[in-house]
Amino acid sequence: MEKQAVDGARRAFNSGRSRPLQYRKQQLSALLRLIRERQAEIVSALKRDISRSEFDTPIFELIGIENDIKLAERNLADWMAPQPVKKTLLTITDDVYIKAEPLGVVLIIGAWNYPWSLTLRPLVGAIAAGNAAVVKPSEVSKSSASLLKELLPQYLDTEMYPVVTGGVPETQELLKQRFDHIFYTGNSTVGKLVMEAAARHLAPVTLELGGKSPCYIDKDCDIAVACRRITWGKFANCGQTCIAPDYILCHPNIQHRVIEEIRQTLLEFYGEDPKTSPDYGRIINQHHFDRLLALIEGCTVAVGGESDKSQCYITPTILKDVLPHARIMQEEIFGPVLPIVTAGDVNEVIRFINERPKPLALYVFSSNKKVVRRMLNETTSGGVLVNDVMVHYTINALPFGGVGNSGVGRYHGKHTFDQLSHHRACLIKSLAMERLNMARYPPMTPSRLRTSMFFLRSRSGSCDQALRAWAVVSSLLRYSDIIVICFG
Amino acid sequence: MSQEQRAVERARKAFCTGRTKPLQYRIDQLKNLQRFIVERQKEIADALKKDLNKSEFGTPLYETMGLEGEISLAVSKLAEWAAPRPATKNLLTVSDEVYIQPEPLGVVLIIGAWNYPWAVTLQPLIGAIAAGNAAVIKPSEVCVHTSKVMGALLPLYIDKEVYPVVTGGVQETQELLQHRFDYIFYTGNCTVGKVIMEAAAKHLTPVTLELGGKSPCYIDKNCDITIACRRIAWGKYTNCGQTCIAPDYILCDPSIQDRIIEEIKKSVKEFYTEDPKTCSDYGRIINKRHFKRVMTLLEDSTIAMGGQNDESECYIAPTVLKDVKPGAKVMQEEIFGPVLPILCIGNVDEAIDFINQREKPLALYIFSSDNKLIKHMITETSSGGVLANDCLVHFSVSSLPFGGVGNSGMGSYHGKFSFDQLSHLRGCLIKQLKMEGMNKMRYPPHTAKKLSWARFFILNQVELSKLGRWALFALLAVVVAVILQVRAIPATWSSVLC
Repeated sequence: MEKQAVDGARRAFNSGRSRPLQYRKQQLSALLRLIRERQAEIVSALKRDISRSEFDTPIFELIGIENDIKLAERNLADWMAPQPVKKTLLTITDDVYIKAEPLGVVLIIGAWNYPWSLTLRPLVGAIAAGNAAVVKPSEVSKSSASLLKELLPQYLDTEMYPVVTGGVPETQELLKQRFDHIFYTGNSTVGKLVMEAAARHLAPVTLELGGKSPCYIDKDCDIAVACRRITWGKFANCGQTCIAPDYILCHPNIQHRVIEEIRQTLLEFYGEDPKTSPDYGRIINQHHFDRLLALIEGCTVAVGGESDKSQCYITPTILKDVLPHARIMQEEIFGPVLPIVTAGDVNEVIRFINERPKPLALYVFSSNKKVVRRMLNETTSGGVLVNDVMVHYTINALPFGGVGNSGVGRYHGKHTFDQLSHHRACLIKSLAMERLNMARYPPMTPSRLRTSMFFLRSRSGSCDQALRAWAVVSSLLRYSDIIVICFG
Repeated sequence: MSQEQRAVERARKAFCTGRTKPLQYRIDQLKNLQRFIVERQKEIADALKKDLNKSEFGTPLYETMGLEGEISLAVSKLAEWAAPRPATKNLLTVSDEVYIQPEPLGVVLIIGAWNYPWAVTLQPLIGAIAAGNAAVIKPSEVCVHTSKVMGALLPLYIDKEVYPVVTGGVQETQELLQHRFDYIFYTGNCTVGKVIMEAAAKHLTPVTLELGGKSPCYIDKNCDITIACRRIAWGKYTNCGQTCIAPDYILCDPSIQDRIIEEIKKSVKEFYTEDPKTCSDYGRIINKRHFKRVMTLLEDSTIAMGGQNDESECYIAPTVLKDVKPGAKVMQEEIFGPVLPILCIGNVDEAIDFINQREKPLALYIFSSDNKLIKHMITETSSGGVLANDCLVHFSVSSLPFGGVGNSGMGSYHGKFSFDQLSHLRGCLIKQLKMEGMNKMRYPPHTAKKLSWARFFILNQVELSKLGRWALFALLAVVVAVILQVRAIPATWSSVLC
């Protein structure tokens, strides 16, 4: 079944119909119609999968897809057009440009936490770039997967963009097939397996992974506002966000204040009993529920800690005075549990972060420009956001992706188009002006070498006047061939 | 501790000191590399003569001049490349700093090849240095003399802790690949390319693989065949055909095959005299194994020119094969030698089909005076790069990305592309803790009205650089109005929050 889908997609791609601008725009606008017309069904599926509130779905999932589609529709003709590049003396009369071309058949493996966004945003890029795509939604978000399988064929070219559902065996079967790019969102462990499988066919990959995204709160900042923003980012989708602030680093003197502010904000957001709030989600399944409870063990609970296994419910929880070697600090939490690790000063914070794998996001809360500069300059991460959390995700001009363990490659907006295209270098010369080439042919002599070196050395120079003069001279030389032919 | 482990650990330690970050350090190292190339030209040329019988002119022309150009480009542009790159904002980030900051990745592993050992080993190094990385340099052991010179002399010029050279063969490479790198840059063949990527996968290390394949060369009936053949002969027989972007085979109409053979014969005679074996500009096959490999490829085809050989010198004369069949031995693998098969096809569409049935090549060459035909071929095929009416020279245009696609490779480099490839382009958003009113629309408890405001702001991405000043004021006025509006709904929330 998997092989059939891939073969069908390849046949469809080879027919050439995904290449014309018109086709790509049509498919993109059909996808836009899908998410607008079927929003109610998508919202219901997400409610069933992960208890997502009906308002969070558009904000966290659908708006991002819409943005990308609209951006692509507006700009696709430009993106597809040849991009002229800087010439050299040797190429002054030539056509020199970079052309974006489709790669072929892209495999998109989605994740369960934002199943629509993380599966369809890469698809937007794949379509815009003229590829076919095999879409494999995560089986963990069951309702969304089966809804996607039902809806996508009603809007898009089924052969070109087949949906393949299933679990581990189906994914393994897919990974045996040959793709021209594999786009995977998920965890590092599976990420490695995906890249290994891709290596067998020399398929390039984009791996959107995760890790522990640190959140540093400086003494010098508006702690109330900082904590409100952090609370929003941490507990949205019940903490199951790849760029959720994973843990807090702060000075021990402000730990108590931070806890109080977050507690206060939680009350505002979810009321006395978050279990009854329509805006508070649930853990995706028993396995993750159990995993999270195990992480809390042995730590000091400052807020929350209650849970209800029958609903996969874990109340918003804050842990205080967490030690670096605690179990909860060894893996990405991906749940509504917020550990606070105290650190003496910015140096300690920077060291702490740098001793660990590079995170997907780094958050810094401070009004002190010097502190912000140091944090930015002395650490690295996929992306960095100062004085807020998560919203860098909505700026599609910023490349979204990890570095090191948090991922390979990037996307959003035009970055997705670029990631899923081949940027082909094109140089169109003419058969005229052969005398210019004589210097490069054997038999090599010092004077020929000198001439060649003159031309090659100019490749990096930017002497515009020389170029203009040369343009005139070279045109004359070029026409001199014709003049000689006509009159010679 | 093995020498490989030592080298990697020292490079990482040196990188962690932060000394590669300042631009001045990078520029100094690049200038030292430049001095190395200039001062040691003789040692470099001597080693290449011993390895590949490269002529004294061949060394600067094909190896070192390109490097000097790349170094001077990097030095002159580094400040620009390394600077923050502003990005388009949305209405919610109007007053924020939004930019992309290039950052070093860490420790890069560069595995070179033997055919242009200086060019393909040091050119990635230039990008690695410019981007602020440390780099472990592993030259190919196949070019024995060159890797000795690189190992002995490079550390005398550039920071030997930050850029150690590790020499050795398969075993040493495998040992290196066990360690963790932040990027691996490999030039070579597909088989090893897969092994490299698999090893990289274990540490989630991104890779650039500059591979190869069979680069087709189509000669149209409508073109100046003399000039076309001279350019092709130059591209093919330089370095004895051992160039990743050499025109591998020719596709042409049967009616021009003889003419092509004649013209190539003429050009070869002009370049290398009647007896190329005696000509200092004509190279040798790198070693006996490749000599035997290339000779085997001749077995089931008709020789139209050349075919003479001398195993003791690893010499193979410039050779052309005619009427070659698609199933012939010479058409089953990248030739990487001075053997040029000609396959006859009926028309350009047949040529396109032929090319598309095979793996995507590193380069595609099209010789034609018909621009429409050229555009048609480009549109209907894919390849790493495409060059019309010449061979090889797209390699020296640093504003063009150089790399393959599909089996011919992944990633690209040269010029700024090297810098970007070996950097992490970090998305940065610097906000203020003010204007918290704007954020109310995103906080629970959610309402439909709040959602519609959120949609408005996120959906409208603004190219602020393009807006005129007045439009910007108008925009800000709207934003202020909205803040006032949002703060007014609902009154109960503001009383809770104050």
